[in-house]
Amino acid sequence: MEIAEELAKNQKAISVAEFFEKNRQILGFDSAPRALITCVKEAVDNSLDACEDGCILPDIFVQIKRIGDYYSVAVEDNGPGIVADEVPKVFAKLLYGSRFHVLRQSRGQQGIGISAAVLYSQLTSGKPARITSKIGPDHRATYCEVVINTAKNEPEVLRTEEVDWERPRGTRIELEMEGAYVRSRRQSVYGSLKNVAIVNPHARITLVEPDGNVEIFERATDTLPKKSYAIQPHPEGIELGELIKLLRYTERKKLAGFLKETFSSIGSITSHELCKMSDLDPDRPPTSLDHEEAKRLLAAFRKIKVKSPPVDCLSPIGESLIKAGLEKEYRLDFIVTTVRPVSVYSGNPFLVEVGLGYGGELDREGRVDVLRFANRVPLVYQQGACAVTHAIESIPWKNYDLAQPGGEGIPTGPAVLLVHVASTRIPFTSESKDAIADVPEILAEVELGLKEIARKLRRYMTRQSALSERREKEEIIRKILPRIARKLSDILHQDEPDIAPVVAKIMGNVSVKRTIEKENGLMVVRIAVENHGETARTFKLHDVIPQEASDVSPAAKAIPIGNGYDYHWKLSLAPGKATSLTYKVRSEGQIFSDLVVEGLEAEVVTGARVI
Amino acid sequence: MTKIEVAQDKLLDLARSLYEQFQNGIVPHLSLPSRTKGNIEYSIKDDVWVYGDQETLRSVKTIRGAKSLLKTVYLAELLIKEHLQNNRGSTLREIYYISEGWDIAKFHEQAESDRLIEDLEIVTGLHRENFHIRPEEDGAAVFGPLRLREQTRRGEREIHCQEDVGEAGYQIPFNVDNIQFLKHDAKMVMAIESGGMYARLIENGFDEEYKCILVHIKGQPARSTRRIIKRLNAELNIPVVVFTDGDPWSYRIFASLAYGAIKSAHLSEHLVTPSAKFIGVQPSDIVEYNLSTDKLTDQDMHALRSELTDPRFNTDYWKKQIQLQIDLKKKAEQQAFAGKGLDYVTKTYLPERLSELGII
Repeated sequence: MEIAEELAKNQKAISVAEFFEKNRQILGFDSAPRALITCVKEAVDNSLDACEDGCILPDIFVQIKRIGDYYSVAVEDNGPGIVADEVPKVFAKLLYGSRFHVLRQSRGQQGIGISAAVLYSQLTSGKPARITSKIGPDHRATYCEVVINTAKNEPEVLRTEEVDWERPRGTRIELEMEGAYVRSRRQSVYGSLKNVAIVNPHARITLVEPDGNVEIFERATDTLPKKSYAIQPHPEGIELGELIKLLRYTERKKLAGFLKETFSSIGSITSHELCKMSDLDPDRPPTSLDHEEAKRLLAAFRKIKVKSPPVDCLSPIGESLIKAGLEKEYRLDFIVTTVRPVSVYSGNPFLVEVGLGYGGELDREGRVDVLRFANRVPLVYQQGACAVTHAIESIPWKNYDLAQPGGEGIPTGPAVLLVHVASTRIPFTSESKDAIADVPEILAEVELGLKEIARKLRRYMTRQSALSERREKEEIIRKILPRIARKLSDILHQDEPDIAPVVAKIMGNVSVKRTIEKENGLMVVRIAVENHGETARTFKLHDVIPQEASDVSPAAKAIPIGNGYDYHWKLSLAPGKATSLTYKVRSEGQIFSDLVVEGLEAEVVTGARVI
Repeated sequence: MTKIEVAQDKLLDLARSLYEQFQNGIVPHLSLPSRTKGNIEYSIKDDVWVYGDQETLRSVKTIRGAKSLLKTVYLAELLIKEHLQNNRGSTLREIYYISEGWDIAKFHEQAESDRLIEDLEIVTGLHRENFHIRPEEDGAAVFGPLRLREQTRRGEREIHCQEDVGEAGYQIPFNVDNIQFLKHDAKMVMAIESGGMYARLIENGFDEEYKCILVHIKGQPARSTRRIIKRLNAELNIPVVVFTDGDPWSYRIFASLAYGAIKSAHLSEHLVTPSAKFIGVQPSDIVEYNLSTDKLTDQDMHALRSELTDPRFNTDYWKKQIQLQIDLKKKAEQQAFAGKGLDYVTKTYLPERLSELGII
């Protein structure tokens, strides 16, 4: 026998289940605490996806119990349930699922997650997965115990029976496994569910911890997220191999029709234009295109400006629900959010949403909390490897009033940053779905989103500092100055000094003061006007007197009214500038009324009434 | 005008000027010399360091300035109505407690009221004693061939600072100007930083052997301590030497005795003895006498570097010594001489240094 023939005997296919059995870290089961978190996360993701498909407000119950050396994890939902025949495959066959071939946003994509949890459970505890599911109030529930035959990647049903279940519909899965329950802030079952609750404010999640403690993440809205629809691939960024595959297996007979039906955002005009640009007959059967022609077609795709993919395939959380989610789980002074328009990378539509919460009870010193989400699933591990983190680190936060030690990296201060990337396919760095890969298009969009909210934050901070300056001045004026004045009068045994002119200066107001002197039997009236503010001010100043005045300087308009004259000056004063108005009147019987300013806010005027 | 009337007038002037600022629509403010290292100048006239021309403005435009002016007028009222008009007085600490009843004008810590009192001294050109404010007794003491008469609240006392006192010496009262020097037989005044060294010199009979007035200055010397040294030097013409530890903080003690303190440079003419000489411990002594040492801490290093930019230390002698210490990274206490025998300091080190300085 030849060596090659000898070797060929040992070559055999590896089942995917066997592969993952030996490489469990790829799926996120590398440490005992993490395994527990991953199991809960996979089960909860499935429940949320199922409820969304069934247009049901999710009510999810998670219970973790200690059983001897093992932990039991039970996750129960009120979703549409799973028909009896499908249950074994859904839970005990890897790469089995309904979403892999469909371009729409969902939490699960490949059909690995929950079966991987089942696999981990059976490897560590030797116990089968116990599943109960019911599809409607008129049906009985199916109970079954399954394991994965790893050699074949096929489910093996150990036991199945019909049972009664009080729920009208839903699914319950129970797994036993090795694990460790930690209750820290972030990397824990609690922390991960808290984050799930933030981006799924329509869900109610109840967690019963091993010590019996019950945590309820209440829902903040009764509105279901917009349902996402499946779409065709978008021509932007599609690769040559993918295009050739589509051309070869299409059922369409004509190229133009193929283009229109296979891709999203291509209508008949665009499809004909594409044919023209690539010098191909629109009526040719797509299967007849050779490699060279496919390349020309791809080149045409890259040249033409195709409109963005429809948003339907994505289900963003939306600004108001991001706000509700953050408000629900943190106490904050200020929240800003933004939703970026849909973009495309490699033919996959995606969309970025960013939220920022500030102040309240957040830690003032430490680094900003970063909450990363992909298709509404919180990403807990490998923060440093994630595109979201890299985008945050690339922003010069100091320019936006957040401290950033050393001028780079995660900023510090009392803030929480939430970034959600929604896509028909999230490019994770690994199968454990911990970090989003540094795809340039995604990085750019996250950066744009971050900068938008950073600008909003800066505006808020500027407003706050102006407000606190105002408050400080008010304290000086209301509390301190009157006390100084009173003390001075106590010490000197004189009347309290008039603090109004000083107040005007401190507040940056326009001050108006009238002084009267007698001169040759006439009264000389002088009105001193000064703008203490930092902006130019234009306004009218009225003085109503019962008789005509002489020597009015500068000239004023005099309007006779009932029992006198309304003299008014139109004034425009630059910051810090003062002017003086004078006139003379006969002295007898002169009664002065309050000066009146027209055209300014009452709080910026001292010494006159404002109309 | 009596002393009390002068003090009262000065405080009323201050109140009047603030009152007029209100009346004239000027934002009330006080200008004070800035009390920083950057704003002290050498006064040729008095041979001491005093404040320069830099001023800080305390204005009601800011909440800090406004509060500080509010506290100033409260304090002025207290001094006029309680102290001067009733001929009573309080200690610095008591004033801090009195402010408890002043609502938002209350002092947050004694350092704040102490500082404000210094401000009042600067603004009025008077001393806190003129306002009947006294410091807490700090226990600094004198031991040596000196006879003096002290005017106490219970009559005159005549005291000889060797024969009429216990081993601790004569305690310096807070108002040194109530002392009259009667007779002395002293060739020098030695200011000593630590109590241990003061006791060692008394035990070894150094005061008798060298006709020396020993002054225990207890760390950073109080005003009364600096004042009595100044008076011994100026009135009796006795040379003054200063013996401290060999670390940056001790050089500052010497500087406040001989050059003037940054915090109270407005009183330099009154408190400073410009002819005082530094005995040690010098950084060069660490090497020459091979003393046991401690490592310099980060704060020590920082203090030394800061002294290199302090105008008071801008002499060849100090620059050389400070740079040497930075290079050595070591400091030594006065008592390190004990490592060579209990008599070493009085039999060897001090005589050597005093003859180098030309005192003996």
